[in-house]
Formats: sequence, structure tokens, C-alpha cells
Amino acid sequence: MRARVLIRPKAGILDPQGQTVERALPALGFGGVSRVHVVRLVELDVEDPATLPQICEALLCNTLIEEYEILAEDVLAAPA
Amino acid sequence: MKFGVIRFPGSCDEVDAQLAAARVAGDAELLWHADRDLHGADAVIVPGGFSYGDYLRAGAIARFAPVMESVAAFAAEGGPVLGICNGFQVLCEAGLLPGALLGNTGLRFLCRQVELEVETADTPFTRACQEGERLSIPAKHMTGRYWAPEATLDELEANRQVLLRYAPGENPNGSARDIAGVSNAAGNVFGLMPHPEHAVEELTGSTDGLKIFQSLRDHCDERLAV
Amino acid sequence: MTSASLSESRHRVLGLTDAEYELICQKLGREPNEVELAVFSLMWSEHCAYKHSKRLLATLPTSGERLVLGPGENAGAVDVGGGLAVAFKVESHNHPSAVEPFQGAATGVGGILRDVFAIGARPIAVLDSLRFGELSSRRSRYLLERVVAGIGHYGNSIGVPTVGGEIYFEGPYEQNCLVNAMCVGLVARERLIRSAAAGVGNVLVLFGASTGRDGIGGASVLASAELGEADEAKRPSVQIGDPFEEKKLLECSLELLERGLLVALQDLGAAGLSSASSEMASKGGVGLDIDVAKVPLREPDMEPFEIMVSESQERMLCVTEPEHVEEVLAVCRKWETHATAIGAVTDSGLLRVLAGGEVVGELPVRALVDDCPIYELTPARPARALYAAPPRTLEATDPGGMLLGLLGSANLASRRWAFEQYDCLVQSRTVRRPEQADAAVLALPGGSAIAVSIDGNGRRVACDPHTGTLEAVFECAANLACVGAEPLGLTNCLNFGNPEKPHVAWQLAEAVRGLGDGCRALGIPVVGGNVSLYNEGPQGPIYPTPVVGIVGELPDAARCAGIGFAREGDVIALVGSLSPSLAGSELAKLRGEPLPDGLPALDLESISVAHATVRAAVRSGALRSAHDVAEGGLAVALAECCLAGGLGASVDLGAVEELDVALFGEAPGRAFVVSGRADALAELDAALPLGTVRGDRLAIATGVATALDIAVTDLARARAEGLPALLD
Repeated sequence: MRARVLIRPKAGILDPQGQTVERALPALGFGGVSRVHVVRLVELDVEDPATLPQICEALLCNTLIEEYEILAEDVLAAPA
Repeated sequence: MKFGVIRFPGSCDEVDAQLAAARVAGDAELLWHADRDLHGADAVIVPGGFSYGDYLRAGAIARFAPVMESVAAFAAEGGPVLGICNGFQVLCEAGLLPGALLGNTGLRFLCRQVELEVETADTPFTRACQEGERLSIPAKHMTGRYWAPEATLDELEANRQVLLRYAPGENPNGSARDIAGVSNAAGNVFGLMPHPEHAVEELTGSTDGLKIFQSLRDHCDERLAV
Repeated sequence: MTSASLSESRHRVLGLTDAEYELICQKLGREPNEVELAVFSLMWSEHCAYKHSKRLLATLPTSGERLVLGPGENAGAVDVGGGLAVAFKVESHNHPSAVEPFQGAATGVGGILRDVFAIGARPIAVLDSLRFGELSSRRSRYLLERVVAGIGHYGNSIGVPTVGGEIYFEGPYEQNCLVNAMCVGLVARERLIRSAAAGVGNVLVLFGASTGRDGIGGASVLASAELGEADEAKRPSVQIGDPFEEKKLLECSLELLERGLLVALQDLGAAGLSSASSEMASKGGVGLDIDVAKVPLREPDMEPFEIMVSESQERMLCVTEPEHVEEVLAVCRKWETHATAIGAVTDSGLLRVLAGGEVVGELPVRALVDDCPIYELTPARPARALYAAPPRTLEATDPGGMLLGLLGSANLASRRWAFEQYDCLVQSRTVRRPEQADAAVLALPGGSAIAVSIDGNGRRVACDPHTGTLEAVFECAANLACVGAEPLGLTNCLNFGNPEKPHVAWQLAEAVRGLGDGCRALGIPVVGGNVSLYNEGPQGPIYPTPVVGIVGELPDAARCAGIGFAREGDVIALVGSLSPSLAGSELAKLRGEPLPDGLPALDLESISVAHATVRAAVRSGALRSAHDVAEGGLAVALAECCLAGGLGASVDLGAVEELDVALFGEAPGRAFVVSGRADALAELDAALPLGTVRGDRLAIATGVATALDIAVTDLARARAEGLPALLD
């Protein structure tokens, strides 16, 4: 299965990248944009999807400062 | 007394750390990441650099190196471990130190001499310093913002685990409470973002960093004498 | 369409002229197939073959007592005593940086690093010379930010300190930015290795990153697979660098050399495997068989021509004896670096490309490397001004206002914003950090040191290519004199427009003449360098920009002075004959004046004396500070000395004819502001006392009149805020 895991900074942790992107948008003419976060997406082929949480916690995500979300297969758009 | 300095693929300041350690102890050996043997090191240094390219997260992959198992065991027995910059990141990822290092708030790599204040002096790493003393040491990193949950930070301060702080106005990366370096609860593992190994010779800058190496050497000499 | 006529139109798309194509057919005795055409098109490109510059470059001095390795190898090297040699070279990565500035700059650094460790030297420093359009342009701000980030990313990650550089902002670089990267390395003389393949039967090993489609770009027209527009993305032409991969490659290469396992070593740069293998074969007078089926790939279904011309980064080629192959592979495994035997040395004189068992290309090495046509330039002085006058940005007319305006201007303001993004300390050799002295100083084992600086000035070269280039050479040498260093060798990068246009050819010829004259005056050889041509757009060419890097030596690392005034009461003096002129100066630029035609001539003899005087005085410890008078003239130099030292100065220039000229007139490479104890300075030949280090203001008088009197803190603010203000 082709899995996708989103790793975001935990709520409450300063995300200067997200803030910088958010601040840059009005200057380019885009208003009404908020709560921007820059997150990491890891894509992988995995034989046993049940191991994904362990994979996330062992390596992909530092659970002190990040949280992860395994994207459900039916949410995935067809590859371009 | 002998220092051991770990070398991971991508380590950059390991030779600098080895040179600095050799100034105070005469014997400082590089320890290959894939070798579980610490070769009799009395103190272990996890050096600066970009182990594994900082891929995924700084230190996230190096922490799984075979040598790190031995370092964990060494630390569990009270052996002194010093993590510098990337080494600090590795120790946090490995759970040997509390907290984590995040990207600098300025979002840029910053190489700059900073003034540190010694908060706690009676430790294996700062015993050659005085409390309140200022040390001028260079910092050079992209991911140096120290972070831990508020409750943890309160604990660290209560337990005197904050050994070094950036002097007022000197915080280069947004670290919580201006924390530059922390130790574990047992006090034998210490990580700091600034690079003491680059402050050991007048020719190339200040010599304040020598005190950290001297502290470790004195601590180990004492341990060995027992 | 027949395959012959298909080839004909393909050769033009690949940049070969009809005449060149015919010559290729002659050399082969037949039409080239697609692999052969691809390889020829790259080996005979301007970038690889120096078709328009080779003749000129041959006029440069390339021999000297201290020369260990001259032009033609991956990098040049000079002897620094103690059994050591210093390797160095500068290269451009201009066009890739204009396309993708972060990766362009990063891979530029990666490439020059590989050139240095390809001769066995450990890279110990990087310097960068950067040029962009004015910062009023969003694109220039973007390029600056991304280029600096890219240089930092690569240099910092690989653990090589970036210790110096220069950044300039001028209108003519708007469409064509310049990114020139210089690397310095250290090697024991007996460890130097060359790239000549040798020993029939010896094995060719490719090691480093796997090979993908990076940089194939124009050659993609040769692909037999049909690609629609939607597939363009599958053939990236931007090279992506991986400094972690290069760090492993570097340590691996040095260990292979330390163990004596290699006969020859070459890095893969422009044109990838095809140029690396042709160069190795050519230098060794041998042939090479390469089996592309053995090359580790990172993309599926790559065609043989793609594998041969791919510019995937972080790869090296080496020749080793058959009995050493296992050990070579083992060392590479230790450093987690792919390594594969992909071919062998033969005596055929041919570069033979095989795909599995089948020969898919057969190229005579001589034809590829030596027989590329060299073109004569047809230089002609430009009939009219080539460049528009810069926009006027300075309104102040009082000396104090002009000084503050200059200090805060893009070309003179502090570069702290940039250099703090670079690690300047790793490897523990840095004795002088950016902004501490006019040149970087790096300690060598044993107490001596080397100094290095990189310099150019496109606008002045545009005013007068011969004199402007001489000035660049002398300014670079002057920077070295300020730290007590004697120049040992020079590397250069020639950045020019389209050489087929007579006025550009004239600029190039005159600049190379100036470069040669400068090197001969200094008594140093050109150890190697690079040429970047065709830097022009619809508005015309860039300023002609020869960039020079000089490495020098000083006997005592502890005696290298610095820019800043050091002590209250020290005497300040001027050494060298400063006959300042506003022609081509920064003040003239900020006033919006058109470029003059010609610059005042230089007195080579007096320059030599001034450099020697300062060098000796720094070495003896007589001087506490030394700083050359460059952009902005004497007033700016004095201000910079005050700022670096945190001390004020009280100076009297005596009666002057024209105040603006006396304060801000320029004469690069010729004069120095020095300071030290009164008795020490009194002993210096031809040192004109100017005043004293004192207080917290810079006060410049002209006899009874005060020209300017400004608090050092105000000078500091103007200079420190200059770049950040322009970038906001």
C-alpha cells in the first residue's frame, strides 16, 4: 500500500516557517489566509499498514514536538 | 584520562572536538559510529556537524547508530557525556536529555560569537567556571531553538539542570528561557548548542570554551583516582 | 526523414555549428550516432572547450618557483613549505544560479569542492564572489537571498568554512547574476594525485551518488522515447546537490588516497561521465572502455547517451589496479557510498561506450579533447557607451552626508547579514574571520598561515578593461599585504558577455592582457581558472567581470593585524601613493554619473613598494592595523577602521584641491591606512602621517577647515543597517 503520513509541529509550538509564509501572502495580493503551517509529508510503500503508527513513533515523528496523521487511502487524490 | 569523540557520517566538528579535548587530556580518540566499542573512553563527546545530512530531523538517524547503544549504557552507569550542537540534538532524540531542538526563529543558519552565563557551576562540565561567569563562545547552527513543555522547563530550573544560558540580548535562536545548555537529572549528560571546541585558542578566538573540557578532565581524573 | 538529416538538425539544437558538425564527421570518418553526437556536443561546447578564450588564456603566465600544479588539472596548487601544498581554484555557476539560485549556488560550491579534493587536497575554505542587479529589484533580492542560503547550505553541511567573499549590486547583472565559488585545500605534496588514466587493464571505478537525469537539458532532444509536453518535468535540467553525499564522497576519496589505492582521480562536473572520462584518457594518452549498463541509476529506462551526459552531482571517477578493486569497494562501503567498476583502461586511444555487450559509441579521444576548433576573436573598441548610467540615489552634498550615504549603500554596507549564514570556524584554522581583516587568514600546522582573498570590480573594468583588471589584481594582493601575506598564485574567473561581438571580444582581450600584466608585476603564476561567456541579455552584456582569487603565505599566524584601529593614541598613516580620482568611483555611481571612458594609469613600481612596506610592517608587528583604500576612497577606509576597532579618529589631510576627490576618490590596490605606535610608524618608509586614533568620533580636517565630524555610532548604524534596510 502506498501510505502518506503528515507530520506537523504540535499545537502551541512556534512555527516560524508557517508564520513567514502567512505574512508573505498579503504582499502578493492574497488576503483572507490564516493558520498557515508548514508540515512534512512522508510517502512510503508499506506491506503492512498496521505497522504505520509504530513507524511514525519510532522514527518519522518526534512525539515530543510533533504529531502525525496517517492519511486514509480513500482521501488520496489519484497521482498526477 | 581519555576522551572519546564520536564520528557519524556527516559529522563536521569531530576533529575540532578531538583537538580541543587533546589540549587538556592528551588522549582523545575518534569513535566510529558503527563500532559499539568505546575504546576505554572516560568521557564521551557527541560532536557538532550534520550527521546524516540532518535528514528527517537533526540527529534523528544518528541516534540509532550502534555506538549510541554503548553511549546510553555508559551514561546509565554515570559516565559523563557531552553533546555539542548536533550532538545535543542527537542526545535529545535519543532521550538521554530532555526537550528538543527546533529551527531557529530567524529561519536562518547563524554563525556568531555569543555570550553565555554559567547558571550552575558544580557539575562535571562547568566546575572550572564560576556561577554567573560569562563565557564567550561561538554558536553556529540552523536548528538550535531549545524547547520543552513548560512543566519540564520548570523542573529543569528547579533541579539546576540548566547549566548555561544566553546572556540577556544574546539569544540567537529563540530558545525557551534563553537556555543554551541542559543536563539530565543525574547530571552526567550535558548538551549545549554553542561550540566550546571553537573557543580554545587565542589565535582563533576566545579561550573560554577550554573550561568545559578542563571541567570534564578534572571530573574524570577524580573518578579515576577513586 | 532520413537518420542523417535528423542528425543534422539535432546538432544545431545541441549548439554545434554546421562547420563543427562536418569536422566531427571528418574525424570519425562517418556521421556520429546519437551517443557520439551527445558527447561531442558537450565536449565541444564553449563551457568545456574554451573555444573563444583558449588563445587568450595561453598568454597568461603559468610558471613559478612555488607552482606545484598548474592549469589543466582539476585545481592548481602552490608549495607552502613543510611538505605541504595549497590547492585552489575558482569556478562560475552563473547560468544555473539564474535559473534556480539555491541549487545553482549550492552545486557551484559542490563542484569546486570536488575539483579540489580530486587532486587529493582536503578542502579547508570556500570564498564566493557574487553579483546581482540593484536591490530595488525584487528579483535581485530573491536571488541574493537564495544564493546566500544555497552557499551556506552546502558549505556548512559539508564542514568547510566559508571565510570570505564579496557581493556587488549593479544594473547590468540584473538578467545575468554571477556566482563564482572558490575553494582552497591543503595537501601533503606527496599525496597530490593527477587525473591521467594509466595502465592498460586498470579498472575504472565510478563512486558517489547514483546517476539520474540532472542537467541533461538540451541533450534531451536526442531521446528516442517520444516525450509530450506533459513529460517535460521528467527531464529536469536543474542539478540538485546533496552535501551529505559529498561529505561521504570527500572522506572516502581522501581515505582511498591515503591508502595508496588510486592511479588517477577525476571528479564529474559539466558533461558528467563523458568529460571526466575523456579528460582522463586524454591526459594519459590512453583509451577507456565504459559500460553504461554498470552505472548505478536512480531513474528507470535511461538511455546510454543520457547516462554519459548526466550531470548528477557528487560523483567521482578513479582508476585503480585490478588487485586493488576489492579494497576500493570496501572503503566506499564503509563510507556508505555507491561504487561500481564500470570500465577499463585500454590502448585504443578511443572512448568506447558499451551498453551491456554492445558498443554504442566509439570516439577518438584526441578528437574530443584536443581537436575542438579554437576561434579567433575579432576585438574592436566599442564605438559608443555600452552601459546606461546608473540611477542617482545619493542626494547629500555635504561630506558627512556623503560618507553616511556611501557606508549605507548596497556595495559598501556591512555584509554581516550574509556571512553570518556561513560557518567560518569549522576545522579550527580561522585566524581572521569575515570583517576582521582584509583577507581571510588560515593557520597551518607549524605556526605559519595562508591568506586568501577574492576580488573583482566589473564597473571599473567596464570603464577601462586593461586598467580595471590590473586594479582588481592589485587590490587582491593589497588585501593580502594587509595581513602580512606574500602572494603565491592566482586563480581567475572571467565573466563576460558574448565574445562573438567585437566589443565584448575587446573587453575580454584587454582584461586578459591586464590579468597577465598584473600577475607578471606580482611575480605570480595563474594556477588555473574558469571562463563564463555569453552573460548577456536584451539590454546588453554584463560589466566585463574578471574575478581573481589569490592565495598568499605569512610566516607567523599571530602577526596578521586587522582592519580596526586598536588603541587610543596610535598614529594613523597613509602608505602608498594615493592619487585619487572619482572616475568610476562608488560616489560617482551613487550620483548617477555615466561611466567614464578610461581610468587613470597605475604606477606599478610604487604599488610594489607600498605592498612590500605594509607586508613587512605587519609581519614585524609594527602595525596594529592595516586596511587598503578601496571603494569609497579614504574617508570610507578611515570609517571602516574606526568601526572595526570601535574607536574614533582625528585626521588632518592638509589643504586639498577638491574635497570630494580627496575624501572619496578611489585608486584601488595602491594605498593603505595603517595604524600603530608612533615610534614604529616613524620608521616606515613613505608613510604619510594622517592623525591619531582617539575618542568616539571620526573627525577629518583639511587644514583649518573641518570636512566631517561624525560619531562612530552613527557610522556604525549606517553601515550595519544598509543591507537589511534594502532587503526589507
